[in-house]
Amino acid sequence: MSHNPMPSAQAQITRESVLKTDHLTKQVNSPEGPLTIVQDVSLDIAAGESVAVVGPSGAGKSTLLALLAGLDAPTSGKIWLAGADLSALDEDGRARLRAQRVGFVFQAFHLVPALTALENVMLPLELAGRTDARSGALAALERVGLAMRKGHYPRQLSGGEQQRIALARAFVTSPAVLFADEPTGNLDTATGERVGALLFELNAHSQTTLVLVTHERDLASRCQRTLQMEAGRLL
Amino acid sequence: MRALSLAVRMLAREWRSGELGVLLLALTIAVASLTGVGFLVNRIGAAVDLQATEVLAADVRLGSPQPISQASLDEAGRRGVLATRSTRLLSVVFHDDQSQLTNIHAVSAGYPLRGHVLIADEPFARGEAVAGIPPRGEVWPDSRLLAATGAQVGSSLAIGAATLRVGHVLISLPDQGGTFAELAPSLLMNLQDLPATQLVQPGSRVSYSVLFAGDRTRIDDFKSWLLLNKKPAERLRDIRDASPQIKSATERAGRFLSLASLVSVLLCAIAVAMSARRYVHRRLDVVALMKTLGATSAFTLSVSVLQLIAIAFVAAVAGSAVGFLAQEWLLRALKGLFNTQLPPANLLPLGLGFIAAIALLVGFALPSLLQLARVPTIRVLRRDVGAPPTLVLLAFGPAVAVIALLIYWVVRDVRLFLDFTLGLAGFIALVAGAGWILVHLAGRLRGGVGIAWRYGVANLSRRRAESVLQIVAFGTGIMVLLMLGIVRNHVQDSWRHSLPEDLPNYFFVNIPPDERAPFIEFLKARGAQTSRVLPMIRGRLTAINDRPVEGAQSAGDGENFAAREQNLTWTAELGADNSVVAGRWWNREDFGKPLVSLATEFQESLHVRVGDRLTFDIGGESVAATVASIRKVKWDSFQPNFFIVFAPGVIDNTAGTYMTSAYFRPAGAIALAQLARRFPSVSIFDIDDLLARVRSVVDKAVFAVQSVFVFTVFAGLTVLLAAVQSSRDERRFESAMLRTLGASRKVVLQGVLAEFTVLGLLSGLLASVGASIAGYFVATRVLALPYGFDPSVWALGLIGGAVLVVFSGWLATRSVVNQPPLATLRANG
Repeated sequence: MSHNPMPSAQAQITRESVLKTDHLTKQVNSPEGPLTIVQDVSLDIAAGESVAVVGPSGAGKSTLLALLAGLDAPTSGKIWLAGADLSALDEDGRARLRAQRVGFVFQAFHLVPALTALENVMLPLELAGRTDARSGALAALERVGLAMRKGHYPRQLSGGEQQRIALARAFVTSPAVLFADEPTGNLDTATGERVGALLFELNAHSQTTLVLVTHERDLASRCQRTLQMEAGRLL
Repeated sequence: MRALSLAVRMLAREWRSGELGVLLLALTIAVASLTGVGFLVNRIGAAVDLQATEVLAADVRLGSPQPISQASLDEAGRRGVLATRSTRLLSVVFHDDQSQLTNIHAVSAGYPLRGHVLIADEPFARGEAVAGIPPRGEVWPDSRLLAATGAQVGSSLAIGAATLRVGHVLISLPDQGGTFAELAPSLLMNLQDLPATQLVQPGSRVSYSVLFAGDRTRIDDFKSWLLLNKKPAERLRDIRDASPQIKSATERAGRFLSLASLVSVLLCAIAVAMSARRYVHRRLDVVALMKTLGATSAFTLSVSVLQLIAIAFVAAVAGSAVGFLAQEWLLRALKGLFNTQLPPANLLPLGLGFIAAIALLVGFALPSLLQLARVPTIRVLRRDVGAPPTLVLLAFGPAVAVIALLIYWVVRDVRLFLDFTLGLAGFIALVAGAGWILVHLAGRLRGGVGIAWRYGVANLSRRRAESVLQIVAFGTGIMVLLMLGIVRNHVQDSWRHSLPEDLPNYFFVNIPPDERAPFIEFLKARGAQTSRVLPMIRGRLTAINDRPVEGAQSAGDGENFAAREQNLTWTAELGADNSVVAGRWWNREDFGKPLVSLATEFQESLHVRVGDRLTFDIGGESVAATVASIRKVKWDSFQPNFFIVFAPGVIDNTAGTYMTSAYFRPAGAIALAQLARRFPSVSIFDIDDLLARVRSVVDKAVFAVQSVFVFTVFAGLTVLLAAVQSSRDERRFESAMLRTLGASRKVVLQGVLAEFTVLGLLSGLLASVGASIAGYFVATRVLALPYGFDPSVWALGLIGGAVLVVFSGWLATRSVVNQPPLATLRANG
């Protein structure tokens, strides 16, 4: 078993597991033949834990994140997310699980351009069938300090503001697990630091499990644990 | 319910940001052009019908040689259908010592139900429409009757036992008719005065009619009732058998208008497909994101489908309103071209608009939507991952099915449907194939041209599928526009040729043989252009192949050739307006042989063939002749023509008179009065008025064609804009990239124009080929018109295609080129 956790100084894995994989492998077909992007990864992340996945470009970090979140299906191996066996769920089953238990932050923000800041934050609440979507979203915008920008469209916001809206959207459903893919990758250093700080502040406040893919050493060091990835394997 | 709520809210939000504008606009314009054409066709079609019914003075006319019972009038009253009586008879009218055989029209209140009676206070003057009929004790004789008898307004005329005062001069009646029996001068009188004349006696030759009119549904229902309840001797006539000329004009117009509206439907479909593709492309990221945030495939599909249904609804309402206003505006703008008020539009095109909007979306948007639901969630992390390609059957099946249904719905004719769809399918395959060849050749073209052209042509090559799709769309759009032009020109030329300006406007009948030469001399001396002079002999068909025709079945209930007396003639020459379709025309050796030539109408009605033996009763003498040929007669030449023509030397010695037709300048009216006095036995039939009515009908049909053509041009341009619109996002980004890399705005613009020029030229070339072939088939097989190859179509296709595509492309992409690069790059970042 290639379980190679690298616990940080603060790591105290005492609570129950919220995300676990067993010999996870992902292969794709390329013109040169089958290509293994993620190979034999087994890991266990406890509820409330914050874990950074680091590694060079092409190491398979984002693919691992996609597999962990159920956005993609593995070639082999198993994943348990929030108590559910993802391999036993079809795509719609995984979507329902995400709606209830998972939040996302992306490098490219991925706000819906047609919707205002408030409407973007409301979206996951609406998808989850919540009737308090508006008030919940407003509160989330307050928390990221952008309540006054609620009527603005993404194109009217700076990159940092867009990512803060994305953070509000990610945390608004109080997810069990938050996946963040290079959340500061599209931002300048100063803005990246502010957004990173906000991410960890919100995470600490909501007791969410955080799985963070990043190139940023500083950001990774804020996590309780760092997983080093290279050529599809966890070191 | 949750999907509906979210769909509506997202739709409202997305609409605010302008995302859905393109799709909604495309569909709205599609529905607008469809319903606009629908309303236009509907109203002008109704106007043409109405105009044609004026020839009958009614919508439906029941005629009989026996008095018609009150039952049909009572039933009409119960059904809310207007009804009035008209009785006709031939009688001699006296004024002092002058007399004239006159066609007497005795009518009751309400006559005419369609059209107008025109009267004046001077003979041969310009008439004015009058409401009402002559009061009791008064008659309105026509100019020829007054000229022949020397009477004038205020004179008294003796009609049978009654003496009636001349109130006005009758200039025209709507149902004056065109058959030779009715060529005597006319007189209009009140039906209530008829008994006092004592003209109607047992054995009198009287023609009784009841005229009916009302709204279309009621008239159609009532007509069905009449067909079931009329007596065998009673004959029902409506627009379809009113006049061969009008029948031909309205049928051609109807077919052409249907074709034009069908073209609009097809162009709309292309526009919708383009817009739907763009809509789906723009929603890929949003759907992937929604799925990441927890939405199921079914849910995202429901949201998209519900949004499209809402768009269809809004587009149908807005499009129908725009369509209605557009045709209303067009008709108001061109009001002077109509003599009469156009009938109001019915609501059928509205229904058509709604159904078409839904059908177009199902056929052209649903396949893309289904693909949308299959977008992998992983797209949120890897934008290069799109939806898996759709199955060919699913991608094109619904579109083909919807188009096929729409085509059939419009043409309602299996042969026309097959011709049109096969032609269309062949054309699309052709342009698609040629598109692929262009894309293949683009690489070679790129080497030898400047940077702008290289960029433009490279764009065509790189967007392989999109380029082919646009060539198909542009090519199809230009082709149908060109084809409409070809067909329109042929229709108009055909009408123009069939109704030239110097068409004969008077018929002269009953010219005694000994007055024939002086009569023609008289006409020529007064500047009239005379046509051929033919003998006219009355006779009746008694047997076919020695079997009596009593009770013989004739085809249809229109013309019963066997039952009535015919006008016969003989001639050596076949007129230019006649063509032999079976058998052969006689030569000098055949003169004196018992041969007869029949018009196709007569032949079709009695099912006789070349070689059959026909027996006629001519002046009590039996004459048998063999059918030597069947002729197709162009009746709208207004030359003397006969259903039955004998070879010379067969009936030459039979007592008869001569007839001819002539064109008189409008100033010749005074000469006509002189002629009526000089040759009192000659009946002058003024067909000016009838011609004006026929011309008016033809003018309206041509106007309808042109109006629909304008709508089709508009629909075509919309497709071009929608097609360009579909690649706009990509172009915006590329333009920004090029400008960031140092390309000037001019270079980028030249590149875009180069791309559209090549696209337009190729589309135009292919469209010219397709339009020429399709135009040939439509003209010769559908409209039965002669086809002439026109090289200007090719020039128009190439130049027009390039100009149209470049102009549309420039319109749609100029904002792309003009947008600052930073704004675009930030938006895509």
